Amino acid sequence: MSGRVLVGVKRVIDYAVKIRVKPDNTGVVTDGVKHSMNPFCEIAVEEAVKLKEKKLVKEVVAVSCGPQQSQETIRTALAMGADRGIHVEVSGNDYETLGPLQVSKIMAALAKKEDAQIIILGKQAIDDDCNQTGQMTAALLDWPQGTFASEVTLDGDKIKVVREIDGGLETIKINTPAVLTADLRLNTPRYATLPNIMKAKKKKIANVKPADLGVNLTSKLEVLRVEDPPQRQAGMKVETVEDLVGKLKELGKV
Amino acid sequence: MNAYVMLGVFQTSQKLRTSLRLLSRAGLPPVDLQVQLLLRGRSPLSATFSRKLHLGPDGPASSPAAAPRRLPFSRVTVEDLTFFRKTLPGRAITDPDLVQSSNEDWLKSVRGSSEVLLRPQTTQEVSQILSYCHSRNLAVNPQGGNTGLVGGSVPVYDEIILSTSLMNSILSFDKISGILTCQAGCVLENLSLYLEERDYIMPLDLGAKGSCQIGGNVATNAGGLRLLRYGSLHGTVLGLEVVLADGQVLDCLSTLRKDNTGYDLKQLFIGSEGTLGVITAVSILCPRKPKSVNVVFLGCETFDQLLKTFQLCKGMLGEILSAFEFLDSECMRLLNTHLKLANPISDCPFYIVIETSGSDSDHDSQKLHNFLEEAMTSLLVTDGTVATEESKIKTLWSMRERVTEALTHDGFTYKYDISLPVERIYQLVTDMREHLGKRARSVVGYGHVGDGNLHLNVTSPAKDPALLASIEPFIYEWTAKFQGSISAEHGLGLKKRNYIYYSKSRPAVAVMGKMKTLLDPKGILNPYKTLPDDLK
Repeated sequence: MSGRVLVGVKRVIDYAVKIRVKPDNTGVVTDGVKHSMNPFCEIAVEEAVKLKEKKLVKEVVAVSCGPQQSQETIRTALAMGADRGIHVEVSGNDYETLGPLQVSKIMAALAKKEDAQIIILGKQAIDDDCNQTGQMTAALLDWPQGTFASEVTLDGDKIKVVREIDGGLETIKINTPAVLTADLRLNTPRYATLPNIMKAKKKKIANVKPADLGVNLTSKLEVLRVEDPPQRQAGMKVETVEDLVGKLKELGKV
Repeated sequence: MNAYVMLGVFQTSQKLRTSLRLLSRAGLPPVDLQVQLLLRGRSPLSATFSRKLHLGPDGPASSPAAAPRRLPFSRVTVEDLTFFRKTLPGRAITDPDLVQSSNEDWLKSVRGSSEVLLRPQTTQEVSQILSYCHSRNLAVNPQGGNTGLVGGSVPVYDEIILSTSLMNSILSFDKISGILTCQAGCVLENLSLYLEERDYIMPLDLGAKGSCQIGGNVATNAGGLRLLRYGSLHGTVLGLEVVLADGQVLDCLSTLRKDNTGYDLKQLFIGSEGTLGVITAVSILCPRKPKSVNVVFLGCETFDQLLKTFQLCKGMLGEILSAFEFLDSECMRLLNTHLKLANPISDCPFYIVIETSGSDSDHDSQKLHNFLEEAMTSLLVTDGTVATEESKIKTLWSMRERVTEALTHDGFTYKYDISLPVERIYQLVTDMREHLGKRARSVVGYGHVGDGNLHLNVTSPAKDPALLASIEPFIYEWTAKFQGSISAEHGLGLKKRNYIYYSKSRPAVAVMGKMKTLLDPKGILNPYKTLPDDLK
């Protein structure tokens, strides 16, 4: 067993930023907008680093698919404790159409190439909310999956996963190698401390192209239109009860 | 016999009104309710009379922070109410439940007994109200967001509350010069959001931004977290529109950067705490929104190292430095305990929050990286973390911004806001801890160390006159010894008015008195505040 964990980290628009739809309705504005690591990916990195600190795994490799700026996201993972990074270069139109199917093909190819024992991903990305990449990756590799994990325990060559489901919590035991996806309550990601931020600058990030992994990026999906949700109507404030009754009558509600 | 009836005020005004009714039925003459520093809802209804707090042996007048006797202003009559209702239809409020919250300050430490809350929407209405009150000799308490910390924003007795809350329109914004003109009742956070959409920011920022109004900020010359970079309101305010005590509208609402034509009157009103005129509109110069903001949270072993870090910071970060704040380990303990905010780094005696703002993220990251490397290798800093993402920046800032909130959960808080030579700042905190010993629950220090401004807070389980007597005048004498200010940015309000002599000379205060008499001869604007009692 290699003791190697692959963690996928996605660069998304920071969750505190106000999203704007492009005037031509083909997507959202990303130029000049603050991006950061997907919060669920942070939780995935934290879990991987915790496993390494407990000496249950030997190496944590952070992977990101995207343009040049994805390297910043990998650096953040390195600052949190990942050992090295792999940047899968995807840009231009390929990046616009990059979705869970393409990413899962890339993750599966990398898992074989790097001889990974565990893949940990965030349960979903906050920009597309797909919640598919983990499941697709497991299917492509024919590996078991522990999704929506709120607790992960390594037990020999098996993993015990407590999953958050609608009815409550479900506990399962799966074989390794396996794919896990992190849910909100799995852990609280650490702040990258200064000494680690400094160290991270020296850690290696390898550059890989999807073609090198034998992955075809063509998408079968086409985005037709992106729109704002309907505007909420402003409420009305009135000064007295008489005004309130009057307005209600006016609107035909009373 | 003039009955100075002390009432312990309880959790709801309901009980206050019941007590009042009980008293009046008991046949006592109309009572002047003294402003009391209140017990925080712990007294049972049976303890009708509060402990006499802040009182010396001679009665209420001898304690510097307690309210003076009510001055002989007129009382509100039915005719007055008719006038107000006619001038402000639907916006002259007398319902006690609605007036109640405007009678009490944010800290719940002082409460007045005003029965009238007026909410004008235009300068003209403010002018009409003041003109009327001036002729009737009615006292007026201008009120913005009511977030002040020295009891200056609420009535002491039955002064009419003049709220600017409905005067919240933005009048104009010049995208080229960055000059914003707006009414005084605009909430600071709303102005920030408006400007951010247009690629600008307000030149000031404070923890109370969600509630405080720009008129109040100007009236108190608010400082805040960005003063280090953008300067004080005395520099960034370009013009004011003020209504004087007699109702005359003084239009100094210029939007010019430079205008040396005569005395600069607006400077008088900035920081006048509503005692020289009511600010109704402000024009202010706003800086461009920085493209790149970084926040660093650092830990230091000693205050001396913190100061050296500050010098290093100024040298290496220089023009991109936009904030330098500190908090001590006691503050961190309160944040952990009461707000469940985890320490982003390891436990250290002192913490620093540094913010950089610039126009080029690569340039700023490089400078920041160099500074951090130097700070770490020279061991000035033992731990730290950096945030570039909006969400993380907010979290790191909340470690500093929410200390005030954490303190409110620790018990009754005595708040002090002191300016000192930077090297002396923490010595006051250690001296105070030693001086108070076990009598205080917590003694914390935090604040705008970059501006030489310390916020020293002491908490106790409940209001404790003996504790207060230990803190004051010790803290003011200590401050005066080093030529510091006993109120760096909070102002004097009600609570600190009589301490002015610790930081200003008698001749200076005498001139202030003359200005007050000139602009408000009847003294109807925010009486009992800012200027000391012995000026009358």
